[in-house]
Amino acid sequence: MTSANAGEWPLWEIFIRSQHGLAHKHVGSLHASDAAMAVKNARDVYTRRNEGVSIWVVRSADIVASNPDARDELFDPASSKVYRHPTFFPMPEDVKHI
Amino acid sequence: MSEPRIDYLLRLGDNALVLAQRLGEWIGHGPVLEEDIALANVGLDLLGQGRMWLSYAGELEGALSGHARTEDELAFLRDGGAFRNVQLVELPNGDFAVTMARQFYFDQAHLLLLRALAASVDPRVAEIAAKAAKEVAYHAERSADWVIRLGDGTAQSHARMQSAIDRLWPYTGELFAGDAVDAAIAAAGIGPDPATLRPAWLAAVDSVCAQATLARPTGEWMQGVQGRGGKQGVHTEHLGHLLAQMQFLQRAYPGAQW
Repeated sequence: MTSANAGEWPLWEIFIRSQHGLAHKHVGSLHASDAAMAVKNARDVYTRRNEGVSIWVVRSADIVASNPDARDELFDPASSKVYRHPTFFPMPEDVKHI
Repeated sequence: MSEPRIDYLLRLGDNALVLAQRLGEWIGHGPVLEEDIALANVGLDLLGQGRMWLSYAGELEGALSGHARTEDELAFLRDGGAFRNVQLVELPNGDFAVTMARQFYFDQAHLLLLRALAASVDPRVAEIAAKAAKEVAYHAERSADWVIRLGDGTAQSHARMQSAIDRLWPYTGELFAGDAVDAAIAAAGIGPDPATLRPAWLAAVDSVCAQATLARPTGEWMQGVQGRGGKQGVHTEHLGHLLAQMQFLQRAYPGAQW
């Protein structure tokens, strides 16, 4: 926390699983003093319109992110490797959720 | 039997409507954005419940007198003396601790009442109560949570929370003081005798106060219990101001719609 944020509630990242969704999706962030309050606030801020059936909250400070400056070496090499995509395989009709 | 039922429905509807209006006053003024939205959510839940109770009251009135009033007529065109809410819900918001203390006292009683009403012999009452009880279970959890957080927080938050529950305590008696209307409703199996809800309410209040390190008020004297209170149409001076704001548009521009 910088001194400008001292005394403010920490930031939390909110993930919601929708009615038919299989995975929790990041929907935004909010402030709360602890995890229990973050879940309650997420309920009030992000599920007012029937968006979800499950909530995850993660303290923003606990998320470890890749370094934007390392974008070239991290991601560019994959752009030329089209053979890694599974589009060359015929998909069996019974296989769902791919 | 039908006349006490109209009064009873007005009490249920007015409690919800007036408290919704009070909570609406926080919109744009909440201590943090998240709380601002949460208070509005609770207010809107209550507004929805108020609409259901008042609509039903208006229909019953129509069946009895031939002149049905809509929920809007009941909400916007009645004067203060015709409102049947308990005085607790019309009290000003005060600071955040007062708002939460009011909500906590009311939510705990509201939840017990709605759960009892879900077993009403009147199927429409039972259905409205069952739907509302789910919403109010969350309201009760939230307000109790805030009482505990503020009571068991800093020296300042503790002092303000204690002062808030002390100040509002004398307005809790009305939630459980029955009168002739309540007696008729209980005899007909429509709703509970409010006095029977008090032990469970007191146990819940005691438990939350203990977790919040607050001293549960013990005063015996209660507002609106001796003689007449909000349920009989006798209100604090605050209701008129609330109604002036809530009813202004329909009074100044009758029938206005948008």
